[in-house]
Amino acid sequence: MAQSKDFHIIAETGIHARPATLLVQAASKFTSDVTLSYQGKDVNLKSIMGVMSLGVGQGADVTIKTEGDDEEAAMAAIVEAMGTEGLAE
Amino acid sequence: MAKNFKGIAASNGVAIAKAYLLVDPDLSFTKTTITDVTAEQARVDDALKAASADVEIIKRKAEKNLGADEAQVFEAHLMVLSDPEMSGAFKQKIADDKVNAEEAVKEVTDMYISMFEAMTDNAYMQERAADIRDVTKRILSHLLQVTLPNPALIDEEVVLVSKDLTPSDTAQLDRQFVKGILTDLGGRTAHASIMARTLEIPAVVGSDVATQEVTDGVTVIVDGLTGDVIVDPDADTLATYQQKAADYSAQRAEWALLKDQQSVSADGKTFVVGANIGSPKDMAAVLENGSEGVGLYRTEFLYMESDHLPTEDEQFEAYKAVVEKMAGKPVTVRTMDIGGDKHLSYWKLPDEENPFLGYRAIRISLDQTEIFRTQLRALLRASAYGNLWIMFPMIATLAEFRAAKKLYLEERAKLENDGVAMGEVKLGIMIEIPAAAVLADKFAKELDFFSIGTNDLIGYTMAADRGNDKVAYLYQPYNPSILRLINNVIEAAHKEGKFVAMCGEMAGDPVAVPVLMGMGLDEFSMSAPSVLQTRSLMKKLNTADMKLLAEKALDAETNDEVIALVEAATK
Repeated sequence: MAQSKDFHIIAETGIHARPATLLVQAASKFTSDVTLSYQGKDVNLKSIMGVMSLGVGQGADVTIKTEGDDEEAAMAAIVEAMGTEGLAE
Repeated sequence: MAKNFKGIAASNGVAIAKAYLLVDPDLSFTKTTITDVTAEQARVDDALKAASADVEIIKRKAEKNLGADEAQVFEAHLMVLSDPEMSGAFKQKIADDKVNAEEAVKEVTDMYISMFEAMTDNAYMQERAADIRDVTKRILSHLLQVTLPNPALIDEEVVLVSKDLTPSDTAQLDRQFVKGILTDLGGRTAHASIMARTLEIPAVVGSDVATQEVTDGVTVIVDGLTGDVIVDPDADTLATYQQKAADYSAQRAEWALLKDQQSVSADGKTFVVGANIGSPKDMAAVLENGSEGVGLYRTEFLYMESDHLPTEDEQFEAYKAVVEKMAGKPVTVRTMDIGGDKHLSYWKLPDEENPFLGYRAIRISLDQTEIFRTQLRALLRASAYGNLWIMFPMIATLAEFRAAKKLYLEERAKLENDGVAMGEVKLGIMIEIPAAAVLADKFAKELDFFSIGTNDLIGYTMAADRGNDKVAYLYQPYNPSILRLINNVIEAAHKEGKFVAMCGEMAGDPVAVPVLMGMGLDEFSMSAPSVLQTRSLMKKLNTADMKLLAEKALDAETNDEVIALVEAATK
């Protein structure tokens, strides 16, 4: 059963630079597939180029899905990364 | 075999060290058709691994020299290099099109670069495109097996040799290892030169031939006092210059005795001798040289060295750090002066035929008022921690000053409402545009101070670009036309009991200082290493004599005549 969760981006600079880096780092620790969806486009959250190509700004609503053996742990790590950086709520 | 050539002396001192050539190597290649897909894909993997290893080293260096924040960009480079989607795309391209690795890397990264650059509503992506270009260069350098220079990897004493240095290049130099700077391009007043003086690194710029004449690793002497460059010197020459370097150090030691003294003329008139800075990092030199104020804090570096518009809090921290370090001595902060030759990677300004006569500085601030208000709020909050003055750059008309002041007062009222602590703040303008210099008497009634920015004032008055060699002869700081404009500003201000500073290069120029003392200029602000030299000069001069000198200079006909007058009056 894949995990899915919605986030509302509150960081002033959106998912850029440091926040983007931390999310990708968090996702890359797991074997599960991790997908970021924004405005109908899906990208691999383990790909910094993919994440940046979405240009997610402040106020955006995004969905993150994890699917694989460690999908729950992966989602928990991403939720934590979002929280510690004040990136989303 | 020794080779000599000459450039423009841009930063005092003598450097003797091995040359480090900062020149991009040739990364061109031919597109070929390959048959062994697996082998070609393996080349990509190897190049990515080697590139990552490079960046790891650079990142560690940057963390050590510049701090974790500045090193962040290299973390982003590492992530790009380990991006599974990107390396997948390289390999796919090789398999599908049977092209060599170089071609695959170029096509895929070009695709990303154009995708990011197309996102024009998202200024941040402009900088990411630059990052990908950087990373691509590094991957290609490994595929082509050529060495890419990187100043962050320097770990021995060197003279840095390059075509030109951008302001951000110079800001990242490590004073411990970079002993001298030598460039093909640029002038004494170029930003790289100003930064070199701030960092106290001897520099010769505008030599035309440095990158051709100097080979990597050869010993080179850079005489920042005369502009002389000697490549591969013989033993006698080396000894002569070692002596010269030692003499210069000794003179600096003598000036250092004046560090904690006031700036006073021979007849007891006091002046303020301050320093110009571009970031809180420059404060060490400001304090080491006994500056009595910061006469110019160029806030645009805060914008240029960031990857996004600096937030109110980020700005507040920077301004607060500076006023606190000055402990009650005045700090004059110039609001954002972007445009002209100063660009932001994340916010592309429209292309203009004439950027120096175009959309820049206060003109942007009064148009993009939210950006300006953010800066004003940050400044007002920082004013609680010291003695902060604010000045607006590139003011041409009273209406512009009034508009800027109105926004300032609105933000001040809002903060007051919120109970935020603020200090008293003096408001002033830069005198760079002749129109404002001519109308100084009207301005003087409405503001607290002027600060004369001589580089632009001379440029705009002479209608000559200081960086263009063909018209460089028109950069005439002592031309009576310029002196009369300056004198007009000083007289107009003093009539209203207002303060006049100068924060251009001229303020620390030993030829100009005597004349400016005679005119009654209140504050002289310059690159920090010139502070003690200027204080030492002032001590020797009598203001009554200098007043006579100023009168003669204002009545002179040419730049050269004024130089001769100064020589006669000060010898």
